Amino acid sequence: MLLIHCPYCQMDRPETEFRNGGEAHVARPADPMAASDDEWAGFLYYRSNPRGLHAERWRHTHGCGRFFNCLRDTVSDRIVTTYKAGTMRPVPAPEAL
Amino acid sequence: MADQSHPAVARDQACDGVLPLSGDGLRVTASPLAARFVLRGATSLPAWFGPSLPPRLGTATAEGRAALWLGPDETLLLAPGGDAGALFADLERDLAAQSCSLVDVSHRQAGLVVEGPLSSLCLAAGCPLDLRPSAFPVGMVARTIFFKCEIILWRRAQDCFHVEVWRSFVPYLAGQLAQARAGTAGLPVTGGGAPAPMHW
Repeated sequence: MLLIHCPYCQMDRPETEFRNGGEAHVARPADPMAASDDEWAGFLYYRSNPRGLHAERWRHTHGCGRFFNCLRDTVSDRIVTTYKAGTMRPVPAPEAL
Repeated sequence: MADQSHPAVARDQACDGVLPLSGDGLRVTASPLAARFVLRGATSLPAWFGPSLPPRLGTATAEGRAALWLGPDETLLLAPGGDAGALFADLERDLAAQSCSLVDVSHRQAGLVVEGPLSSLCLAAGCPLDLRPSAFPVGMVARTIFFKCEIILWRRAQDCFHVEVWRSFVPYLAGQLAQARAGTAGLPVTGGGAPAPMHW
């Protein structure tokens, strides 16, 4: 079982308390009526699906209930860091990878 | 409003036929009837209520009432006694100036008291948190999971936990605790909340 650091509880909590919420930092078009079909489809359906570091939303469902963001390596499943929703994606130090 | 005397909704019957459980080193009882409110977004509590807003992962208690930290803006208020309606109206009136939400969940949950030298060991059977007193000290509270149900776990004393659970899960919770207790057969019962070293 993974231990995931919740930035709101500020402690490591077991993986089973969390739910994955998909890719993070997907910006909704500011004016949906002005967005083209391609832009809207991109927002709704298209995800980067990278091999390696991936910024994801997670929710501490069975804990504090908050959404936060997480940098996870999709190859090793290693969680490099977690950070609060609304903050910028951090650049991890090389030794953290 | 549902008929409060019906066994399916009566708050004082949530644990009937299931609790108490008692065995060597573990006792599980229904906690006394209490009003429960979930408060979100408030910055302070009225002084007459008793406890103030709790610190992160902690509890504030005063005058027999408690405020439990559930999340950064979410607090569970516990007040012994059966009359949730009057207390709710008073709280709602005095919180009206704040941008917050107050929800009466008295009927949704049941409170269990899990105590005894084996309490932390039996809870640890289904709860993945580190329940050693150094990591989960007296007064700490966490919403977490116990096997397949969500619980709110509050350590009242070294060997005494208060567990809040949705009422339909009470038989499940009690059954899993009884099974966990049976699984500790042969383990020495030690005091002080420190489970004996496990040699399975």
